[in-house]
Amino acid sequence: MTDAVPVGERRQLAPPVLETGALGWMRKSLFSSWGNGITTVVLAAAVLWLLSWFLNWAVFTAVWTGESGQACLGHGACWALIHEKYRLIFFGTFPYAQQWRPLFAVITMIAMLILSSDRRMWNSRLILIWGIGSFVTFLLMFGQIHIPLSLMLFVALAAGGLGMILRNAAVAQPVEINGWRALAAIGAAGLALRIAGVLPAWSLAIAPFSYVETGLWGGLPVTLVLATYGLAFAFPYGVLLALGRRSNLPLIKGLCVGFIELIRGVPLISLLIMASVMLPLFLPSGTTIDKFLRAQVAIILFAGAYIAEIIRGGLQSLPKGQFEAADAMGFNYVQKTLFIILPQALRVVIPPLINTFIGFFKGTSLVLIIGIFDFLNTANQALVDPLWAGFPGEVYLFAAFVYFCFCFSMSRYSKYLEVELNKGTRR
Amino acid sequence: MAVETLGAAPRVRVAPWNDPVVRGWAFQIVVVGLVGLLVWFLVSNTIDNLTNQKIATGFSYLNREAGFEIGDSMIAYSPASTYSRAILVGGLNTLKVAILGIILATTFGTLLGVGRLSPNWLLAKICEWYVEIFRNVPLLLWLFLIYKVISEAFPGPKQAISMFFGSLFLSNRGLYFPVPVADPSHKWMGVGLLVGIAGAVALHRWAKKRQEATGQPFPSIWAGFGVALGVPFVIWLLSGAPHHMSWPALKGFNFEGGIVIQPEFTALLLGLVLYTSAFVAEIVRSGILALHKGQSEAAMAIGLSRGQVMRLVLLPQAMRVIVPPMTSQYLNITKDSSLAIAIGYPDLVASINVTINQTGQAIENILIVMAAYLSVSLSISAFMNWYNKRIALRER
Repeated sequence: MTDAVPVGERRQLAPPVLETGALGWMRKSLFSSWGNGITTVVLAAAVLWLLSWFLNWAVFTAVWTGESGQACLGHGACWALIHEKYRLIFFGTFPYAQQWRPLFAVITMIAMLILSSDRRMWNSRLILIWGIGSFVTFLLMFGQIHIPLSLMLFVALAAGGLGMILRNAAVAQPVEINGWRALAAIGAAGLALRIAGVLPAWSLAIAPFSYVETGLWGGLPVTLVLATYGLAFAFPYGVLLALGRRSNLPLIKGLCVGFIELIRGVPLISLLIMASVMLPLFLPSGTTIDKFLRAQVAIILFAGAYIAEIIRGGLQSLPKGQFEAADAMGFNYVQKTLFIILPQALRVVIPPLINTFIGFFKGTSLVLIIGIFDFLNTANQALVDPLWAGFPGEVYLFAAFVYFCFCFSMSRYSKYLEVELNKGTRR
Repeated sequence: MAVETLGAAPRVRVAPWNDPVVRGWAFQIVVVGLVGLLVWFLVSNTIDNLTNQKIATGFSYLNREAGFEIGDSMIAYSPASTYSRAILVGGLNTLKVAILGIILATTFGTLLGVGRLSPNWLLAKICEWYVEIFRNVPLLLWLFLIYKVISEAFPGPKQAISMFFGSLFLSNRGLYFPVPVADPSHKWMGVGLLVGIAGAVALHRWAKKRQEATGQPFPSIWAGFGVALGVPFVIWLLSGAPHHMSWPALKGFNFEGGIVIQPEFTALLLGLVLYTSAFVAEIVRSGILALHKGQSEAAMAIGLSRGQVMRLVLLPQAMRVIVPPMTSQYLNITKDSSLAIAIGYPDLVASINVTINQTGQAIENILIVMAAYLSVSLSISAFMNWYNKRIALRER
């Protein structure tokens, strides 16, 4: 009782040492009971042992540079192999001197994905970004792009038609409407003339680099192209399938249900094998389709069925009142779907759609079975060299690390978005 | 009432092109017609191509001699067997991997999912990182990694790692272990096991009924294991306890005797289980998290242990959330088992692939694959839907 406490004030006692701070945390989350304490000790020992073994192998005794696999014998991890082969792993058999092209293509695609992940971009700017980005990507990969006149006319017709439907008189100025009409008219007239043979079979050639066929493509750009464009093209037709499945028209519904269930019931491999051996039989004899394109078509068909099921989930989550209110406003089916239903339904399904994208990013590795050099297959090719035989672990761990970086960041983004998009509905 | 009057209202006469019913049918007929045209285009092309390239059609090739080896077969098979037999062997292998994979992935994934919710920080973190690492890397890469590590890091048969006093041998040809020599009593032991399992289920039901009626608990799980394993054991004793074993032994370049688990099978099953259990863990975790916190608090308040809280209160309720996504994981395991072809395990797709290459009859073979996977997928869906209905919340 030496230090006197002023009357009316309580002495502020520090909480017990074992309840707060680092010690308190440890007691609460590591040693809360005997069983817990033993678990912690055993697990910590196991983790430390594994970690020390792994670090020893992967860092301390690893070989970082070397002429051949001989340099690695008797040491830890052989990262010299990665050092030697990383360009083969990333870009496959793309002409060696030109490999800056796939590098910039990959950078363009990643930039496109990052830009699309920003919510401020979710408007018509996105179409612009994807149009320019895709053009740059394929120009870099192919080196030369020939755009036939008929394709340009078709695009003009489609864009004009879509503009006329989407930007109707209620929202757009007459000038804009007339612009869309003119575009569509030019497209339609041009196509008619082209079919009649008045216009020549002209095509616009953009050829700044040497041409590289798809058979030489390999590595990361292939994986990215197959997954990104697989999903991008599957998306509109997945939406149509989902709408068809929810439709009241029995024949349409039957077709969509049958197609979705058929595709979802079989493995992707069987579709890929089908695309590689059966597609040539399905088409008029003499037509040859690029192997890469065949795999891309199989992936699009496959992805569409999965996307359809996700979008169906979004459609089902909408209360019935939304449909009824749109009907009561006198909207027709297209207007109701485009302006009321889809904007709400798609918003709900963006996080699961990203998860599907992650799934397909991993799933494209199956194309190696039909002989396309995606990222995993080029990693396999790095193992073939007899000079470097016997180090599969290093190559696969490296490939796994690259896949992990992509998939992990996308899954974190999808989690963030889930919270972000639900802000309005949470208190 | 209002609805009835609406329905009974006289239909307003509209022009046929404005009548939604007529428009609906017109639209459907157009779409079906277009799809029909597409199908006709494909089929006619196919028929043309088949006749041009002189490819045989029909399923008669199924009865011809297959002529290829299959490394792992559950039924008698030799290269002299027919194609249909080869496809059947592949199909059975697919089923074997799928069923084992489903059982193991469910068990392991549930443990991981519960582990992620553990109050022990270290355990929860380890489970979390396991999940993140395994589900963010393609399954095919895991298969290659496991397979290559087994076949390149393990020694050859001559330097096989011997374990348990020379009864187990681990080499790059697989894991060899001894099995009892076939004995007539084995069949009866199998029957005994089935009887024992039935007895255990009956015992469990009785114990549950008694506990509900009188409140007295009965250790039905341990007793059940005792009954299920005890019946075959008694039969084994009664038939004179045959204990002749077939031991693996090195002869020439490889082992003979015993039984082997091949590296392809190990890699496939291990890869499938490790990969899928990461997804299962997330499903189980979100299922448990979806429950109200009051459930576990109430269960603890009435004095149940942590294990009992999980087993008797939380998991049965979480099941309602867990079962639908779990069904799609089971379907995924079944479909993903087709990746076997990449590491050389003879599953259905591998058998079919060889058959396509030998006979050139792609269409028939792809039809067989699709039919097989569809029927397995549909039966798994049907079973899980039945189970889902059984455990669904009984609402009035």
